[in-house]
Amino acid sequence: MSLLSVENISVRYGQLTALRKASIKVDEGETLFVTGPNGAGKSTLLKAIAGAVAPREGFIRFAGRQIAGRAPEDIARLGFSMVPEGRDVFGGLTIEENLRLGAGMRADKDQAAKDLEQVYSVFPILRDRKDRQAGVLSGGQQQMLAIGRALMAGPRLIAIDEPSLGLAPKVIDDVYATLVRLRDSRGLTLLIVEQSATRASLTGGRMVLMRSGGVALEGDARELVRGDALRQAYFGYGEH
Amino acid sequence: MTALLQILFDALSLGSLYALGALGIALIFGVMRLVNFAHGDYIAFCVFAMLWPSIDAAAIVFAGNLPTVILVPFILAVGAGLSVLSEIVVFRRFRNANPATMMIASFALGFVIKYFLLMLYSSRPKSIDLWSNLTRQIEIAGARIPPLQVITIGVTIVILIALTAFLKRTRFGLEMRAAAENFTMARMLGVRANRVIMLAFAVSGMLAAAVGLILVTQTGTVDIQMGANLMLVAFVATVIGGLGSLPGAVLAGYLIGAATVIMQVVLPPDARPFRDAFVYGAVIVMLIWRPNGLFASRAAKQRV
Ligand SMILES: Nc1ncnc2c1ncn2[C@@H]1O[C@H](COP(=O)(O)OP(=O)(O)OP(=O)(O)O)[C@@H](O)[C@H]1O
Ligand SMILES: [Mg+2]
Repeated sequence: MSLLSVENISVRYGQLTALRKASIKVDEGETLFVTGPNGAGKSTLLKAIAGAVAPREGFIRFAGRQIAGRAPEDIARLGFSMVPEGRDVFGGLTIEENLRLGAGMRADKDQAAKDLEQVYSVFPILRDRKDRQAGVLSGGQQQMLAIGRALMAGPRLIAIDEPSLGLAPKVIDDVYATLVRLRDSRGLTLLIVEQSATRASLTGGRMVLMRSGGVALEGDARELVRGDALRQAYFGYGEH
Repeated sequence: MTALLQILFDALSLGSLYALGALGIALIFGVMRLVNFAHGDYIAFCVFAMLWPSIDAAAIVFAGNLPTVILVPFILAVGAGLSVLSEIVVFRRFRNANPATMMIASFALGFVIKYFLLMLYSSRPKSIDLWSNLTRQIEIAGARIPPLQVITIGVTIVILIALTAFLKRTRFGLEMRAAAENFTMARMLGVRANRVIMLAFAVSGMLAAAVGLILVTQTGTVDIQMGANLMLVAFVATVIGGLGSLPGAVLAGYLIGAATVIMQVVLPPDARPFRDAFVYGAVIVMLIWRPNGLFASRAAKQRV
């Protein structure tokens, strides 16, 4: 059974329907990329799973539990960890406080301490500035902090909304290398919104393409990128 | 020199009261964007908790007879309890409502508390003798200063240090600061919304109780309206400080206290009855200069 399955959820913001009957499945230990044009509903999908917005209909199962409409903290405690689109680091807290907050709900403090070391070794800049306020970090550094904070929760699944945004290519490589390592060593499951199909095909995994609030196409990331279907589906009705 | 010392003590002790009041309001605003206008009524409630219900002019002391080491924690617990109860019974239901709705709810709650007290104790102010020897003046370097002023200032400093330590050094404090900055993100990291909010209400209620104890010792009277004026000043202080900023609220509380005392001294006698008009005039100028307050908090900025 899948670790996460989303079935036919719809989300509306006032008059606007951001998701209409969207469905995805993610198995334990796999990588699912979500791609699609701006406004397709990718971020909304992640927010709905995280409990930050409530779906009007549909089901969401995570780690064997029904989570649609549950509180964000309950979903987080089941092992769902989120790096949202705006990064949302706590600017008034120090960098280390941000990371400690990520680990706040964990019982395994020893492993959390090791994870902190690991985060610092992947992002040495965070260690150098650990007692500074997170608000002074540059955009890319905040992205590193948000990813590190999500890892500190010791999650079963980590959902990242556009990890590449604002990061230098070398750092993107490092981030993906770390995620893949954790996936392979610890069985971490990855759900990644990624605009770069090339990046997705380099990393490997499954991919879904979202358009107008629904899933338009689904398949192996490498195959989709190789073929023409992705581009056609991305731009609509094959008029390109 | 002596006169200066006197002014300093007056300003610091008045400022301390305002700072404690402002802190109680800013804490709640921080975690739930609620300006709790019932805060002043918590203050009165805590003080009335020391009396037996009666409509006589002379107060029949009840809990006020307890030894200080029991009375103070008892009144703090009353404040915390009332505040947490109002969150559970009232504010929780408005958590996703817009700020204006929440504010109206807090007004309504304030009236309920006021009329509850009115029913039990009548509207007549009562005199009460609580630690009255603290108001007898002592001489420090020629200035005549009631020990209560010194205690007020000392207690406030202790409260501020304890609260800072709580916020900076404990896990709950960390969660509370995070929740004040970005509630949804904090929850997505597993921070339990209800617990953080109840904790903030409990601390806020204890601050109201502390203010009540100081006020009643100072004035020796118990009055249903006793929290109202302070609540107004405290609210203004939180706005000047930058809504949601705790250091801002404290600093602004002291500023208003100092401004009030200084105006009292420097204004010509004929203008003194209008002292508050001058103080609030200064507040208006200050807000024109910095509309978001002295320390606009990150969270408040995002929302504006
Ligand atoms: N808080 C909100 N209030 C109102 N409408 C919103 C809100 N958030 C998103 N929307 C709308 O919902 C739709 C989907 O937005 P969403 O952010 O999920 O898209 P996206 O696929 O993540 O886009 P992008 O690639 O630009 O990040 C858009 O039309 C957007 O305008
Ligand atoms: Mg998005």
